[in-house]
Amino acid sequence: MSAMAKRITIFAGHYGSGKTNLAVNYALHLRRAGEAVKIADLDIVNPYFRTKDSARELEEAGIPLISPAFANSNVDLPALPQEIYGLVQQRDFKVILDVGGDDRGAYALGRYVPYILEENDYEMIFVTNFYRPLTTTPEDALEVMREIEDACKIRFTAIANNSNLGNLTTAQNVEATREKAQTLSRLSGLPILMTSAQQEVARNLSCDNIFPMILQEKYYDIKE
Amino acid sequence: MAEKVLMKGNEAIAEAAIQAGCRHYFGYPITPQTELAAYMAKRMPKIGGVFLQAESEIAAINMVYGVAGTGKRVMTSSSSPGISLKQEGISYIAGADLPALIINVQRGGPGLGGIQPSQSDYFQATKGGGHGDYHLIVLAPASVQEMADLTVKGFDLSEKYRVPAMLLADGTMGQMMEPVELSEVTPEPHDKSWAVTGTMGKRKHNIINSLYLNPEKLEQKNYERYERYAQIEKNECMWEEFLMEDAQFCVVAFGIAARVSKNAVIAARKEGIKVGMIRPITLWPFPEKVLAKAAETCKAFLSVELSMGQMIEDVKLSIDCKRPVRLCNRTGGMIPSPDQVLDSIRQMAKEVE
Repeated sequence: MSAMAKRITIFAGHYGSGKTNLAVNYALHLRRAGEAVKIADLDIVNPYFRTKDSARELEEAGIPLISPAFANSNVDLPALPQEIYGLVQQRDFKVILDVGGDDRGAYALGRYVPYILEENDYEMIFVTNFYRPLTTTPEDALEVMREIEDACKIRFTAIANNSNLGNLTTAQNVEATREKAQTLSRLSGLPILMTSAQQEVARNLSCDNIFPMILQEKYYDIKE
Repeated sequence: MAEKVLMKGNEAIAEAAIQAGCRHYFGYPITPQTELAAYMAKRMPKIGGVFLQAESEIAAINMVYGVAGTGKRVMTSSSSPGISLKQEGISYIAGADLPALIINVQRGGPGLGGIQPSQSDYFQATKGGGHGDYHLIVLAPASVQEMADLTVKGFDLSEKYRVPAMLLADGTMGQMMEPVELSEVTPEPHDKSWAVTGTMGKRKHNIINSLYLNPEKLEQKNYERYERYAQIEKNECMWEEFLMEDAQFCVVAFGIAARVSKNAVIAARKEGIKVGMIRPITLWPFPEKVLAKAAETCKAFLSVELSMGQMIEDVKLSIDCKRPVRLCNRTGGMIPSPDQVLDSIRQMAKEVE
């Protein structure tokens, strides 16, 4: 995947589909492959579970993170830093854009779209989790996809099947969504670029283009 | 449907309410519960329900009052500052003996506070909150599945006793994602002959009201209501006991604090400290009896809270201050770490003989 990575990779999708997790892991993956990478948090909708939660890992890996000034603070201010223009205008590194959920989150991407289209070296990935209650069917997922495209005025180019049930995900859970992902691919005309899963789960998967991820441990996970 | 889905706590409440037959939602957005309202906004129009974003929390709770008077399942949700605004309406609903479900996804306070999780509305939820002699049935979930299950339970208990119920969650519970199983529930049939649904000229009209000009009558109403509260205290207490069989020390915690404490209790057991945990699931009625019983064998108690120490008063009252009760806490949106709770357990075990 990384050898072919476009200059800009955009992760967008339904709220809670796992975009941030995937974006952070993808950035680390590109960095390990020797790429110069920067990542930007475009989420102006949700003040929790953001790219900034992984600030330490990203810094250690040498991946600059551009996030809203008030991310992870008590200030719920939907403003994006001007440095993000630098990411889409300068072209000597790879860029990961982590977009907020649903159409509401995707509006923020719109202002950068003219630059992205002009350069025309991007992948826009629709992240989907068929275990999320409002996108359990390919048809529902397609509806969210179209709403996002309408909001940010740029079309998706690929799909990431990120179906999971959090900590309790099994390989069978992921395999069980393969058909839905294929239907979504057929309905939208977009390829399934990857099936992403936590690395232990990924080990037991048999589908194509598996992307293993490391997930953040939460303090409230009960370790019995 | 009974298939597992991955949900945020806030979404699980919303979907569970719909499954429980709630078709009326009135609210006003506030972090960290906004997903609940957003979910209702998406789902309600598709199933012929009402989602209404009111002009304020005060308007929303009074819309709840109105629908509750018709006997329909109705809910509102907010977070701490918004719940403070709703208190007058909640008192009216309690005074008119109406069922309704109020969700509080707590954040740090007082004042505008912050948007991080907290449990500092414990007093407000369990001791009244608004004016007058009244109680809410207060349910405290500790997982996304319980967010759903206790939403259904809240509607049911509320109708059974004609007492408004509150689901007291916190920012973490609202935001965290876990697998949930939701299944459609058939609401238990409760008497709704008091509802104002139109007489069709066939019966005397019902009156929904909390105003009594005659003090004897108002006193009588309060006595009657407290008889129902006594029934609730007798029948509806819920709690979870964890490793309590041989426990010499008892941690008491609810909601997110109980999840953190559970890890600390497991770690302390590995060090040979005989500690267990009682997790109140109903905060009102408070599981007094189970705590009183624990005081017969436990040497000391530790109340773990995301507040300056509120539930600790009920712990002390439940055991008649027979044993030392200590506090392990963080506040203002901070959460105690499992290590902090473990340290408090160690200290308690060392110092209390």
